[in-house]
Parts: sequence; C-alpha cells; structure tokens
Amino acid sequence: MTFANMLNITSSPALSILIWIVLFLLALYFARRPFHQAIMSFSKIIRNALRLTAAAVLSAEQRLVLRNREVLMAAGLENAERKVEREFDRIAAAVTRDLDGYPNVHRQLSEVIIKLDEDYTTSADVPPSLPNWMPIIESIAKIEHSGDSMVANMLAEINRSLTEQNKKAIDDYRNSTAARHGILNKMMPFWRKVQKSLERISGSIDNIKKRAKTVDRTINEYEKIHAGSDEAARALSTSALTQFAIAGLVLLIAIGGALINFNLIALPMSEMVGGASYIGPFKTSDVAGLVIILVELTMGLFLMESLRITRLFPIIGAMDDKMRHRMIIVTFTLLAILAGVESALAFMRDRIAHDMEVLRQTLAGAEQMGLPPSIIPTVGQMVLGFILPFALAFVAIPLEMFVASARTVLGAGAAWLLRLMAFLLRLLGNIGFYLGRFIVNVYDLAIFPAIWLEGIIMATRGKNVDLPAAGDPEESQPVEEAVDSYEETIQIKEQQE
Amino acid sequence: MKKRFAIALVVCILMAGCTDTKSRSTGVYMLLDTSGTYAVELKKAQLILNYLLGVLAPGDTLAVARIDTGSFSEKDIIAKVTFDNRPSVANNQKRAFMQQLESFVTTVKGSPYTDISGGILQAIEYLNEAESGKKYILIFSDLKEELAKGYKRDIPFQLPDYNVIALNVTKLRGDNMDPKEYLARVEDWRSKVENGGGEWGMINDMERLENIFAN
Repeated sequence: MTFANMLNITSSPALSILIWIVLFLLALYFARRPFHQAIMSFSKIIRNALRLTAAAVLSAEQRLVLRNREVLMAAGLENAERKVEREFDRIAAAVTRDLDGYPNVHRQLSEVIIKLDEDYTTSADVPPSLPNWMPIIESIAKIEHSGDSMVANMLAEINRSLTEQNKKAIDDYRNSTAARHGILNKMMPFWRKVQKSLERISGSIDNIKKRAKTVDRTINEYEKIHAGSDEAARALSTSALTQFAIAGLVLLIAIGGALINFNLIALPMSEMVGGASYIGPFKTSDVAGLVIILVELTMGLFLMESLRITRLFPIIGAMDDKMRHRMIIVTFTLLAILAGVESALAFMRDRIAHDMEVLRQTLAGAEQMGLPPSIIPTVGQMVLGFILPFALAFVAIPLEMFVASARTVLGAGAAWLLRLMAFLLRLLGNIGFYLGRFIVNVYDLAIFPAIWLEGIIMATRGKNVDLPAAGDPEESQPVEEAVDSYEETIQIKEQQE
Repeated sequence: MKKRFAIALVVCILMAGCTDTKSRSTGVYMLLDTSGTYAVELKKAQLILNYLLGVLAPGDTLAVARIDTGSFSEKDIIAKVTFDNRPSVANNQKRAFMQQLESFVTTVKGSPYTDISGGILQAIEYLNEAESGKKYILIFSDLKEELAKGYKRDIPFQLPDYNVIALNVTKLRGDNMDPKEYLARVEDWRSKVENGGGEWGMINDMERLENIFAN
C-alpha cells in the first residue's frame, strides 16, 4: 500500500490522515504495556550485566591491591633486613677492628701500670729528713768562752763541723727530691699512653652504641612493616614511587651512555667482522657492537652482585666469600679487558673516520686541509671508550631499584585502571537503564491523547488513573534506582563470592 | 657440558644461517658513451663516478664500461671492483678505481658507432654474475644508438629487479629542431626497459645524483 493509497481510504485526505493517526495511536496504546516491559527488561539486563562485570572488576582490583600490599611489605621487609644486616656487618667490622686488638691494649696497659707502680714505689722513697742543726749551731755559736783558746778552737771546730754537716744534709735532701721529680717526670708519657688507650676504647664503644641505636631504629621500622601498618604501607608506597622515578631517570641516562658507546664501536667492528654481512635485518658489525656492550653490562651486573651491592641474582650473593672474591676478580678483569678493547676500537674508529673523510675530499676534488689532524679527539674517544664500560657497570644499581619499584608502581597503576574500568562499567549500566526509561517516557509522550482519554474514562467510572507504567515498583522509585553506589556493587560482589 | 656445547653449536649454526653477505649489496654498472659527439661529456661522467665511489659501501660492486661500436664484450669494461668487507681496504680500492678512471678519461678515443643495447646486455650478464641484491645500470649517453653494419641487437632485455637510469641525456641538434625526436628516443628506451621488467629513470641534472638510489 503506497502513501497515496493510504490517503484515499476516504474522500478527504485530511480525514484519511486523521483516521490513520487514530488507528496508529490505538495500536501504540494497546502495545504500551508489552513495549514498556520489553524496554525495561532490556535496560535492566544491560544495567545488571554491567554492574556484575563492574563487581568482578572491583573484586580483581581488591585482590590486586592486596597483592600489591604484600609485595610492598615484602620489599620493605627485605630492605629493612638488608639495613639491619649492613649495620651488623659494620658493628662486626668495628668490633673486629677495635676489640680484636683489645688483648694487646690490655697487655700494654698492664705493662704501663706496672711501670707506673714501680716508678711510684721508687718515688715513694722519702729523702732523709733534715736534722734540726740550725738551733744547735746557733746555740754553740752563742756559747761564751773565757778566752781559752783551746775551748774557743774546739767550739769553732764543732761549729764548722756542724755547718758542714748541715750543708751536706741539705744537698742530700735536694738531690733526693730532684731524683723523685725526675721519676715523676718520666711517668708522664705513660699516663698519656694510658689516657689515649682509654680514649680509643671509649670511641669504639661510642661507635658501637651509635650503631646499636641505628639497629634499634631499623628494627622498629621492621616491626611496623611486619605488623602491616597503614603508616608503613604509605611510607613504602611513596618511597617506591620516588625510587621508580629516580631509577627510571638514571636508566635513561645510562641508555644514552650505551648509545654513545655503541656509536664508538659500531664502525670499527665492521673492520673486524666485515661491513657487508647481516644477521637478519641487522648488520653483523652493529650486532657485534651491541653484544659487546651487553656483555659489559652483564659483567657489571655480576660485579655488583659479587660485591653484594645488588641482589638480582641471589645465587651469587649466597656464594661463600672465597668464591665471591674470585668472581669479583674475574668479572673485574673481564670488564677491564673489554674496556681496553673498546678503547682500541675507539682509536680504530678515529682512524677509519679520518681515512673516509680524506677519501671523500679526494672524490669531491677538494684540496687537503693544511692543518695536521689533532690527537685530542682521538685521545678523548679512547678515554671515553675505556671509561664507559665501567660507568655502565653501575647500571646494575638503578636497574635493581627500577625492577623492585616497578612491581609496586605498575601494580598501583593496574589497580587504578581496574577502578576506572569498574566506574565506567557502572556508569554505562546506569546510562543503559535510564535510556530505557527515557524511551518509555518518549513512547508515552507520543500516545498522550490515548492516555489522556483513558484518564477521563477512568475518572467517569470513579477509578484511579494508572498514570505511570503501573505495577512496577522499580519505576515508582526512580531516584533510588539511580543510586548505583560502590557499596551496592560490593554487595553484589559479596553475593557472587 | 656436552649439552651446553651442543646448544652453543646450534646457536652458532643458526647465526651463520642468518648471515647474508650478498643479497643486501648493491651492484652498479655504468656505461659511458664514447661516440664522437658525446666523448666531450666524459668529465661529467667522472663526477658521477666519484659520487658513486663515495656512496657505495663495503661489499658493493661497481663496474664501468665504454659504449663503442660493439659493446657486448668484456673488453669494453674499463674498471670493475667488488669492495672488500673491511672499510679501510674498500677505501684503498676506491682510490685505485678513481685513478683507473682518470687515466681512461684522459686517453679515451671516440668511437664511430654507439652500441647501447650491447652494453646493456653485457651489464645484465655482469650484474647477474655478481649476485648483487640491488642492481643498477647507469647509461651515460645521449641515447642515440647507431649500430655498425652487421650488428644485430633485436633481443628483448631481461631486466627484472633492475633499475636502468639514463644520465645526462643531451639534446642533439635535431632534437632542438624537433623535440619529438628526443621524446621518442627516450620513450623508446623506457619501453624497452619496462617491457623487460626493469624500472626506468632519467637524471639530467648533475646536482640530483642522490636520486639514483632513491628507489
């Protein structure tokens, strides 16, 4: 039936249109309830499916967060253990250094004390006390004599003898005192020696006390982490993020260094392995240069592991000290040899580059420059070629930091993405639900004359008008339905579990 | 220990298997027109060859041959070289090649006929033997072929994977009077090359030599 035929069901096209409209509205009115139910069911299916998916995603996010926390705590514990271990190592070193020599110090102190004791005993000898000659001499000198020369002579002789004895006694006393002072003077260095030994021991004990305090502090941190406190988790998380950023930056710098290194050796490698052969799509000389740099990096990693600076390979750290020392020597020697090789390659590179430049000038017909080639760039390249392998060896430290912190940071990033995904799923679910409601309302709007008539008819019969889509409790509470909260999703998730 | 050695051996064999020394190399065969009218242009050819010597890398092949009365002959190859894999040796080879060309340019004598087709056939034969990955035939000529009596060159070229580039195609006196002759001459060579499966190109501006290896 064409549109023209449709307009010709009556003699008046307007009337025909009106009839068609009425018929159409009637059809829509009778199909209203099934249509409402179909649309609402469909929108609920969308909403519930997306909410269930969101709940599953949130569940995964929770598991990931828990795992991240476990990883973070494990890393924190390992770090604290490492700190404590280091402090104990230092204490052991201090004890070995200072207290290993304690028997010797003790012996020295005993010897010095014995010497001091002897000196003290010697200095304790009291000098002969001065006889009280003076009053006797004076009283003899004052004795009057009757002019008898014999008496006078005798008295004079007694006076002289006494005076001499007095002088001798004073001299003896002074000599004895000087000897005692001499002994005491000799004691001074021994006292100082004793004092220094005691000060040294005191310093060592202070140092050990400081270390013990650090150990205490680290143990406290360890206990907090072990208890799994939120404070420790926050601190560790922030620390991991900072470490990730710093290690990433240092690794970028290291990559720059490796690129320079590569450019130094790629050209001369073509002199050794040929410049026309390929491994896959890459030049063999380039691959060889890259392999040398990677070997250097590996040697650097092993060296740092052997020195117990990093712990990427636990098997190396667990080796006994003798084997570890051998490994240090071997890796360092190989690194030094590779550095030497690189230096030689850098020299060769300079020669080849110069030769190529000369050839290029000859081909271009340019005259050779009068200035002789300077050796400064050559030496600079050689030094750079020698230093870079050693510098690259230290990449192990930021690499370890990067790997350790990347687990935390990537885990946190993944958890954030999962949360975002859950939010978007819930949002889409709600949009789907309200789109269904919107379609239902638009439908009702289109057939409002029929609904209006229904209202009038129902009012004349004294019945209530079923204005909204009747009998659907969900539709009577649109605001409550709109709330699709996080808690609700969690409840769904718990029901699932 | 034996197991480790076996693994190392397998890795070495695989790496050796991956090694490819020929397929990526470039082979260039340059034909120099020495006919009477064109011999004066040879100084320009020297510039082109210097450019080629600067650009070609170790492992590449370069040959220069003259176009004369009968060019389908090894005797017309003036100089040929496959550069050594070591850059320093390759540089020395380039110097020697340059000297060879210099002595040729100074002693060359003009030929009465111009057998370009014979030269191209010789170039195909040479580059096929060299097994270069990328093959270029450079024709330094005005593309005016003049065959001596008795020479037959009605053989279609087999030029798959070849780039044939005409260089410095000068206009003859007749071309100036009737440019159709020039265009027809160029078109004739283009169709010959393309019918043989090759790529055709033409560079007249010596400042744009880098376009030789643009493809």
